[in-house]
Amino acid sequence: MQKLFLQKSICNRVKFFRKLLERLIEGLLMLSGGLTSLIVVLIVVFLFREGLGIFGSPSMETSSVLVVNKSNPIKSLTAAQIKNIFDQNITHWNEIGGKKDTIILFRIDDLTNYVSEEEVGANLENVPACLNKVVDSIPNILAFLPANKIPKNFKGVIVPSEKISPGTFLGGKEWFPTAEPAAQMGVLPLILGTLLVSFVAILIALPLGLSTAIYMGEIAPDGIRRIMKPVIELLAGIPSVVYGFFGLVVIVPLIKNAFGLDVGETALSGSIILAIMALPTIITISEDAMRNTPRAMKEASLALGATKWQTIYKVVIPYSASGITAAAILGIGRAVGETMAVLMVTGNASVMPHSILQPVRTIPATIAAELGEAPQGGLHYQALFALGCILFLITLIINLSVESISKRKKGERH
Amino acid sequence: MKKQISIFLSICLLAGTVYAQKIKGSDTMLPLSQKEAESFMKKTPTAKLTVTGGGSGVGVAALIDGSTDICMSSRAMKMDEKLKMQDAGRAFKEVIVAYDALSVIVNPGNTVTQLTREQLEGIFTGKIKNWKEVGGADLAIVVYSRESSSGTYEFFKDHVMLKKNYAATVLSMASTGAIVQSVSQTKGAIGYVGMAYENNTVKALKVSFDKGKTFVAPSMETAKNKTYPITRPLYYYYLNSSEKLVKPYIDYVLSPEGQAVVKQTGYVPLN
Repeated sequence: MQKLFLQKSICNRVKFFRKLLERLIEGLLMLSGGLTSLIVVLIVVFLFREGLGIFGSPSMETSSVLVVNKSNPIKSLTAAQIKNIFDQNITHWNEIGGKKDTIILFRIDDLTNYVSEEEVGANLENVPACLNKVVDSIPNILAFLPANKIPKNFKGVIVPSEKISPGTFLGGKEWFPTAEPAAQMGVLPLILGTLLVSFVAILIALPLGLSTAIYMGEIAPDGIRRIMKPVIELLAGIPSVVYGFFGLVVIVPLIKNAFGLDVGETALSGSIILAIMALPTIITISEDAMRNTPRAMKEASLALGATKWQTIYKVVIPYSASGITAAAILGIGRAVGETMAVLMVTGNASVMPHSILQPVRTIPATIAAELGEAPQGGLHYQALFALGCILFLITLIINLSVESISKRKKGERH
Repeated sequence: MKKQISIFLSICLLAGTVYAQKIKGSDTMLPLSQKEAESFMKKTPTAKLTVTGGGSGVGVAALIDGSTDICMSSRAMKMDEKLKMQDAGRAFKEVIVAYDALSVIVNPGNTVTQLTREQLEGIFTGKIKNWKEVGGADLAIVVYSRESSSGTYEFFKDHVMLKKNYAATVLSMASTGAIVQSVSQTKGAIGYVGMAYENNTVKALKVSFDKGKTFVAPSMETAKNKTYPITRPLYYYYLNSSEKLVKPYIDYVLSPEGQAVVKQTGYVPLN
């Protein structure tokens, strides 16, 4: 009797501990789930907080200003005009609606060409006064000066710099983020470059990947499949910088010679490398989807007298269509976000892409190449984060479409 | 055994508190600083230096927020960076530790051997598009440049192109090695690289900064006697407050021994 009681109490205790353990594990799992979601949300919030600051900021750093003589009728300049003036593509005021005179450019370094060193002073203490004199005495001057050297009783006129709006940012065709005096922040060529490279990559990868998946899933004997699958999965394990180097040394000269181009670093080179990199994703996922086709369906098709090929394209492919779509879209996602390999082979010229045999610059490559030197919190830094937001939105749209497509297909089937 | 470990740990700790120095900044100067730090540590075993790259701007930012002791920079500090240092209340010193010469390189198959500064400006701003305009074959010019984050990019722009912007069609490469590789396999290519990176798969051009009167080829001698015009100083920046800590290392770099290391790594010594 006592023994039985003892056993029961031990049993209860074990049950209690087991329950406690289960609770503990549940708690841990919930915690890690919560933590992951929190991290994701924090990153997104950080990304957008840094990136959205770009809109409304002036296209010039606040530490410097552009000034003109007070007799000059020009009261404002766009960022593009400023760049063309300082590159000396615009040399006369009348080209931008002013008087018929040559524009005289002036930077702080030119000061000693106009006034003597004695006037400036040994400790540069008279710089503001000298600037005042120079700007006042040259009617056609356009001076680029540090803001803290502008004297209080300044006789020149400060030209306000254009603010960056979503329109000029997304629609601008020139990307010169470090140009002085005014940065050119047009990201249209970068967005189009990213989409072009990824789209062509998927055009190459999808037929190739799908045929491989069909061969592996339906046609290949077990022995070959057992070798092929790990080999293809190995492709996914190669670091992207190795792909990039391979592309630069092998694919770039190949493309250059094959098409007789002046330069081999083109969108097409990037697409080919990306296609190779997206292959394992496409093959693995679509092959898994095909293997999920119920045996009974395939056998029924064969029993009705269909050939193997007819079974594949009338039964297996329609059945696994949602899996194949998901594979394609995930492949695009991989291509859109890929950085290093593309950075090395596409040439990175930020021009509007007109053909796939031209150099292009993609968003991830731009961020990777420029973030290192962008002063923290500055205009360039914010612009790069805004680019990150755009990239995030593109991949978000891709992921949402994967979800909706696979959901819809499932709904149809049941 | 335990004793040995504890001795080792205390040495590490001691070294850490007394000599640990962080050097950060320009990727161009990374190989130089690594070599210098290595040989300095060999000579002074108690010293401990860590060298990291990231770009000149990254180094300056780190100096401002105090996360590095020495900032290496392949360009002089910019006006707004100086203003930021002033705002942060940090007085700093500038030391030139070596010079670097930039070679303008073309494909070995190119018949052009020399260019003036004006021609280089025309090529890099996109106004000159064919080699026949500068006395070469009828071949399109393909311009390779570094990324805008590079100090080399800025220096070439300020010094050779007189602050005009690069053409949008210029191909920007992530590394100097990639420029050499691309120029060697592209017939109409032109690019610029640090002299240390030049090899026999590319051809360095003679350049003239006096409108074509004298053309000078890049070499250790012409860079040293300043006749080669595209030469730039390489800087170390440090805060006055940490002068005591970094002085022994900086003195070593400036010493004849340190300058020999400069020459070994392919840069131009001070004198």
